[in-house]
Amino acid sequence: MSNDFLVFDHVTKRFGALTAVDDVSLKIKRGEFFSLLGPSGCGKTTLLRMLGGFERPDSGRIYLEGSDITDLPPNQRRVHTVFQNYALFPTMTVWDNIAFSLKLAKKPKDEIEDRVNDILEMIQLADQAWKYPNQLSGGQKQRVAIARALVDRPQVLLLDEPLAALDLKLRQHMLIELDAIHDQVGITFIYVTHDQGEAMSLSDRIAVVNMGKIEQLDVPAKIYEAPSSRFVASFIGDTNFFSGEIVSVDGDYCLIQVDGFPQIKAYNDKQLKVGQRVDLSVRPEKIRVTLSPPQPEKGASINVFPSKVGDIVYQGVYTKFWVTSGQLRIQSVKPHSRFLLDQEPITWNDDVFVWWHPDDGYMVEASP
Amino acid sequence: MNNPLHSKKAEWFVTVPGFVWLALFFAVPAVIVLAFTFHGHDASGGVGEWSLSTWKELVDPDYPAIVWNTIRISFKITVWSILLAIPCAYAIARMNKKWRAIVAGSIMLPFWTSFVVRVFAWKTMLHPDGWLQSCYLAWLKTSEWLFSWLPSAMQNFFIKIGMASAEPVSSATSTILDSEAAVVLVSVYSFIPFAIMPIYTAAEKFDFSLLEAARDLGAKNFYAFCRIFLPGVRQGVVSAILLVFIPAIGSYVIPQMLGGTDCILIGNKIFMRAIQNRNIPHASALATLMAVSVLLPLGLAIWWKSRQDARGKRRIEERSARFAASGRGSHA
Repeated sequence: MSNDFLVFDHVTKRFGALTAVDDVSLKIKRGEFFSLLGPSGCGKTTLLRMLGGFERPDSGRIYLEGSDITDLPPNQRRVHTVFQNYALFPTMTVWDNIAFSLKLAKKPKDEIEDRVNDILEMIQLADQAWKYPNQLSGGQKQRVAIARALVDRPQVLLLDEPLAALDLKLRQHMLIELDAIHDQVGITFIYVTHDQGEAMSLSDRIAVVNMGKIEQLDVPAKIYEAPSSRFVASFIGDTNFFSGEIVSVDGDYCLIQVDGFPQIKAYNDKQLKVGQRVDLSVRPEKIRVTLSPPQPEKGASINVFPSKVGDIVYQGVYTKFWVTSGQLRIQSVKPHSRFLLDQEPITWNDDVFVWWHPDDGYMVEASP
Repeated sequence: MNNPLHSKKAEWFVTVPGFVWLALFFAVPAVIVLAFTFHGHDASGGVGEWSLSTWKELVDPDYPAIVWNTIRISFKITVWSILLAIPCAYAIARMNKKWRAIVAGSIMLPFWTSFVVRVFAWKTMLHPDGWLQSCYLAWLKTSEWLFSWLPSAMQNFFIKIGMASAEPVSSATSTILDSEAAVVLVSVYSFIPFAIMPIYTAAEKFDFSLLEAARDLGAKNFYAFCRIFLPGVRQGVVSAILLVFIPAIGSYVIPQMLGGTDCILIGNKIFMRAIQNRNIPHASALATLMAVSVLLPLGLAIWWKSRQDARGKRRIEERSARFAASGRGSHA
C-alpha cells in the first residue's frame, strides 16, 4: 500500500520528434528520499515537471495517494518544487516568500506567523527574515527556497538539481542539511540530479534514467555494486570494462577470454553458457596494484596480471593508478590506510601486478 | 582601478557634453520661458517691458477648467495605454526570438510615417462617412437590440464606455470625431508604443520561472501575474506612465485635429496665444501654469512615497528587533 504512494503508470512525453520520457512506470514510497539520476537531457527533469504539473504526459497517468493528478494544474497539487535557480520572488522579503503559499491557502494570520517562524528557525535564517533575496548568499537562498516549498507541508517535495549552483564546500554542507531536513519533516522528497555523489549520499532509492527510460531502480549500494547495464556501471562512479567471450564454466565461476588479454576468472552471476559474450565491470577500488605477486590463501584463485605503471594521480586519501596490461589500460585506486611514506613507493614504469578476486567483478551485459 | 574612465578627469570629459546639452537646450529655455511671463507684450507680437500684467491676464475663468480637463484626459489616455500595454508587453516577452523581433518591429513601424499624416488618417476614418465611423454606427444599431434584454445598470455601463448609445442612433448624434473620445482614442494609438517599449524591456529581463514557482505554490495564473509579474516590471510601468503622461499633457495636434470644440486642451490654448494672438508672454505663463499644476502634485507624491518607505523600513526594523528580543532568532 505505502509502496503505491506515488505512481507513474506508463508515462510518455514527446517534444516534437524527441521522446523525452519513454513509457516510464515507477512507484515511490511515502516518506522516501528518491533520486532521479541521469545525464542532462535524459528526461529526468521532464519527469519532475510532469509531477509538478508543468508538463502533461502524452500518454500514461500519474497517481498520488491513489488519486489521478495527471491533468491537475500546478496550483491544485500539493506538490512543491525547489527550483534550480531557486526562483525566489525578488520583490518580497524572505518572510513573505516563505509565507506565500500559506497566504494563498488563506490560513489564519497567527498560524502563518507561527509556521513561518518555525521553519525559519529550522533553516536557521530567523535573523534574515526581513531581507530581500538579493541580499542573501547562495546557500541562504537555497534554504529559503526549501523552506518556502516545505512550509505548507506538501505531499511531495520536488528538488530540481538544487545544489548545482553552489560551490563544492557549500554543496557538501547542504547535503547534510537536506538529509536532516528530510528526517525532520518526513515528507517524500524527489531529487533530480546528474551528480551521482549527491544521489548516492542522500537517497533511499535511485532511479538511473537514460534516454527517457529507467535503466535501473534500486538502493544506492546495489546500483553501485551490481549495475544492470554498461551505461549504469559507467555513469555511476568509475569502472574497468572487460569485454569478452565465455570459454569455460566451472560451477559458479567462468573464464572470460578478452581480446588482447589473458583469460579472466569471474563469478558467473548470470549463469551464462560457453560462447556467450559479456561485459565484466571491475571497480578500480577492487583492483590492487602491488610490486610483488599476491599470496592468495590456500585454495583461493584470483586474477593476477603482470603490468606496467602508466599514470599516477596522488590524491591524499588514495592514489589512482593507470597500468597497462596486454592491450588494456586498467584503472586502480589504492586507499592509504597506513602511513604512506613507510611503504615502498610505486612509480612510473614500474613492473607491477594487478589483481582482484573473481567475486569482485560484476557481469553487466550479456548477449547470446 | 587603472581604467582610464575611472579617473576624475575622464569623468568630467564624459559628463560635460551631457551637462552642456541639458543646460543649453533645457535649463536655459525653461528660464527664458519663466522670464517671459514677467513681461508684457507689445502690439507687434514681441516681448515688452518687465511687468506683472501677463499674470494678471491669466485669471481667465476658462483656464482652471482647461488645465483640469488636460490633466483628466491625459490621465485617461495614460490609464488606457498602460492597461493595453501590459498584456501586450507580456505577450511579446513570452514569444520566441524571431516573433519578438517581428512584433516589436511592427510596433515601431508607424513611426516611419509622419505623425500629422497618421492623425489625419484617423480623421478620415472617424469622419461620418469614414469606414470606422460606419462600423461604429452599425455596432450601435446592433447593440440597441443586443443589449435590450440586459438590466438597465449594465446598459448604462455600456453606454458609459461608448459601447451603446443612450439616444436613437444616427450619424448626427453618435459621431466620434470632434469629441473627447476621438482625442483619447487617437492619443492612445499614438502613445502606446511609448508604453509598450519600457514595459517590454522590463518584461524581457523578468524571470518567467517565477510565475511557475508561484503556480507551484498554489497561485492561479491571474494572481501570479498581479502579485509576481507586475511588481517585477514596475520600473518599466513607471517609465511608461511618464512617457505617455508627459506627451499627453503637452499634446495639441491631436485635440486640434480631432477634438473639435468639445475638447480644447492647454496645448491648444498655448498654441493659440503664441501663434494666433502673437502673445508670447501669455503663452509662456500658460506653459508655466501647466508645468506647476503637474509637477506640484508629482512632487508631493514623491515626498509622500519616500516618507512611507522610510516608515515601512522603520517598521521592519522594529519587527526584527522584537523578533530578536522574543528569543526566537537567538542562535549564533
